[in-house]
Amino acid sequence: MSVPLNMSPNTPLALICPAGTPAALDAALDAGADAVYCGFRDETNARNFPGLNFSRPEMKAAACRAHGARRELYVAINTFPPAGAMGPWIRALDDAMEAGADAMILADAGLLALAARRHPGRRLHLSVQAAASTPEAIRFYHESFGVRRVVLPRVLTLAEIAALNREVPVETEVFAFGGMCVMAEGRCQLSSYVTGQSPNTHGVCSPAEHVRYEQRGAALVSRVGGITVDSFAVGEPAGYPTLCKGRFRANGRLSHLFEDPVSLNVADRIPELMAAGVTALKIEGRQRGKAYVSRVVAEFRRAVDAAAAGLPSIAAGLADQTEGRRSTSGAYERRWR
Amino acid sequence: MTGIPARLTLGPVLFNWPAARLADFYRRITDEAPVDTVVLGEVVCAKRPPAVEVLAESVDRLRRAGKEVLLATLALVMQPRERQAVRDLAVQDDAPVEANDATALALLRGRPHAVGPYVQVYNEETLALFASHGATRLCLGPDLPVEAVVALAARAAELPGFSLEVLAFGRLPLAISARCYHARAHGLQKDGCQFVCGRDPDGLEVETLDDAPFLAVNGVQVLSGSYGCLLPDLQLLQAAGITGFRLSPQAVDMVAVADIHRSVLDGELAAAEGQVRLAALMPEARFANGFLHARAGLDWLAARRTGPE
Repeated sequence: MSVPLNMSPNTPLALICPAGTPAALDAALDAGADAVYCGFRDETNARNFPGLNFSRPEMKAAACRAHGARRELYVAINTFPPAGAMGPWIRALDDAMEAGADAMILADAGLLALAARRHPGRRLHLSVQAAASTPEAIRFYHESFGVRRVVLPRVLTLAEIAALNREVPVETEVFAFGGMCVMAEGRCQLSSYVTGQSPNTHGVCSPAEHVRYEQRGAALVSRVGGITVDSFAVGEPAGYPTLCKGRFRANGRLSHLFEDPVSLNVADRIPELMAAGVTALKIEGRQRGKAYVSRVVAEFRRAVDAAAAGLPSIAAGLADQTEGRRSTSGAYERRWR
Repeated sequence: MTGIPARLTLGPVLFNWPAARLADFYRRITDEAPVDTVVLGEVVCAKRPPAVEVLAESVDRLRRAGKEVLLATLALVMQPRERQAVRDLAVQDDAPVEANDATALALLRGRPHAVGPYVQVYNEETLALFASHGATRLCLGPDLPVEAVVALAARAAELPGFSLEVLAFGRLPLAISARCYHARAHGLQKDGCQFVCGRDPDGLEVETLDDAPFLAVNGVQVLSGSYGCLLPDLQLLQAAGITGFRLSPQAVDMVAVADIHRSVLDGELAAAEGQVRLAALMPEARFANGFLHARAGLDWLAARRTGPE
C-alpha cells in the first residue's frame, strides 16, 4: 500500500508550533506557524505547568486568531484519564470542539473512542504519548477511531520513518526541535516512581515542586524527590533535573546513563524528512516563553521554505535555545541507539 | 464480586537468562509452584537469542501439569524483525497471546486474547474498548492508584468472563527505549551489544551520585530498583474484585515467592508474616507499593501486624 500524502516533493512541511500562553500563540502565528497546538489549563494536557495553558474563553479567542490568520489550532488532550474520573477529559473534548479547534491531539484509546463517538468526522491526531511505532499500530488507531495524523514516537530512524510512511494511510508528524524524551513516550513511569506524578497521569515530568538544589561544598546538587539527579561544579550550567537526563552509576561507571542533557534539532535534515514522506514538523516547548517561540518558529519557517524551494539547507542558528546548548538528531540516526 | 478464588500468574522472564537456566526454572515451576497461569516469551529485546526449544518444551510440560499458558509479545516493536516476531505469535493458534503493544492489539483484534502490563490502560473506556476487540483478560500496568483499580475492577465485573490482574511482585517495568542502556553502561552500541545484559540475571543496578540504590537496567528496559510487592494490599484488592495476581520472575526462589503469595491470598498466612518471609528470601531487597497508594512509586507502606503480639 502506498499513499503519497505529500502531493509534490515541493510541498513544504507543515510547521506545528507550541503555545503555552495567548502571547506565545500570537508569537507563533507572527513567526510563520502553519498550526499552533495548545491545551486547557488542567491535567488533561501533557504540559500541565503552573501559569501555563488556556482557559475556555482564551481557547475560543485562540481559535479565532488562528483562523483569522488562515492557520490552524490543535488542542492537546493527551494525558490518560483515570478510571472513575474521566469528566474533565470529556469536557475538554467537547469544549475544544465548541471552541472551533481544527484537530484534537489524543493519546488514550478510550478517550479516542469517546471522541469518535461524540464528535464524528472531526479531525483526530494521535499524540506521541500513544507511542504508535509500527504500521500495524498506526492502522489500528486509524481503523478504530478515524485518526488522520500520527505524531511519531521519537524511537524511529529516518530510514524507518520513510519505510513506515509507505505503509500507512495517514499523515505523519515528527518532532523537529526541543526537549527530547529518551524513553518511548507515554510508556515511562520514572517521574511517578520518584514523585507520584508523570506525564501520563498528571501531565508533568520531574515536576518543579519536587525539585531541590542544594549546595554541597563547592558543588551544586540537584534533586528530585529523594533522588540526587546531578552535581555541578562552580560555573557549570545547572540544567533542569529531568530524571532521565541525570548522572547515575552503573557497572562501576558514573555517566549520563540514559541521555545527555541535549536538545533535538533536525533543522538540517528537512529535505530528508520531506523525502521520507513526512507531512508535518513539530516544535516542542509549550512551557517556553514567547521569545523562544518567535525565534525557533522563524528559523524553522525559513528552513522549511528553503527546503521546499530546493535551496541548500540553512541549518538554523538556534544553539542558544537548546538545552545544555548542545543538540542532537537523536533517534533519527541509528547510532543513537 | 467476592467468592472468585484468587489466581496466581507467573509473568514472562524479563531477563536474558541462558537457555539452561530458563529450562531449569520452568521445570521447577511446573513441579512445585502454586501458580495457575504462566506467561512465556521474550518481551524486552528481539536481538536476544530465542530459546525456542526451551520454550516449546516448557509450554508442553506446564500444560501437562494443568497450568494455563500464554505467550507474550514484545513491549516495543519498531523494526521488521520485531514486527515479524509479533506476526508469528498472532497467527499461531497453539496458545493464547498476551499483547504488549498496539502492533499486537491490531493483529489480535477479533480473536480472544490477553492484554499485558505494557499496554496503556488507565480507565474503563479503554478496558471496555479492548474487551470489545476480543480481550478476555488484562494485567494492569504498575502505576495505577487503588481508586482506579477499584473502578476498573467494577467495569471488568460487568464483562462476562473477563479477568483483571495486577502486578503483585517483582521489579516494576518503568520505561522502555529504542536505546540499549545495558550496552551504553558497558561503553557499547546496541548493534554491537555483545549481549552484556546476560551478565545480570536480575537486572543491572543503577545508583545515584550518593550511592543510593535507584533503578535497574535490563537491556532497553528500565526497571525499579525496589521490588514491587503488594502483600500488604492483597486483601484490599481481593475485596475490590481483583482476581489475578502476577509474580514477575526474579533471580530468587520463585517457588517460595509463589508459596507465600498463595498462602496470604488463601488467608492461611497473615500479610505481615508473608512479608517477613519474603524479606528473609531476599535480605538485600527493598520493596515498594507506593503507586497503589497514589504516592511516589518507590514508597513502601508495609503491612502492620494486627492484634496483640
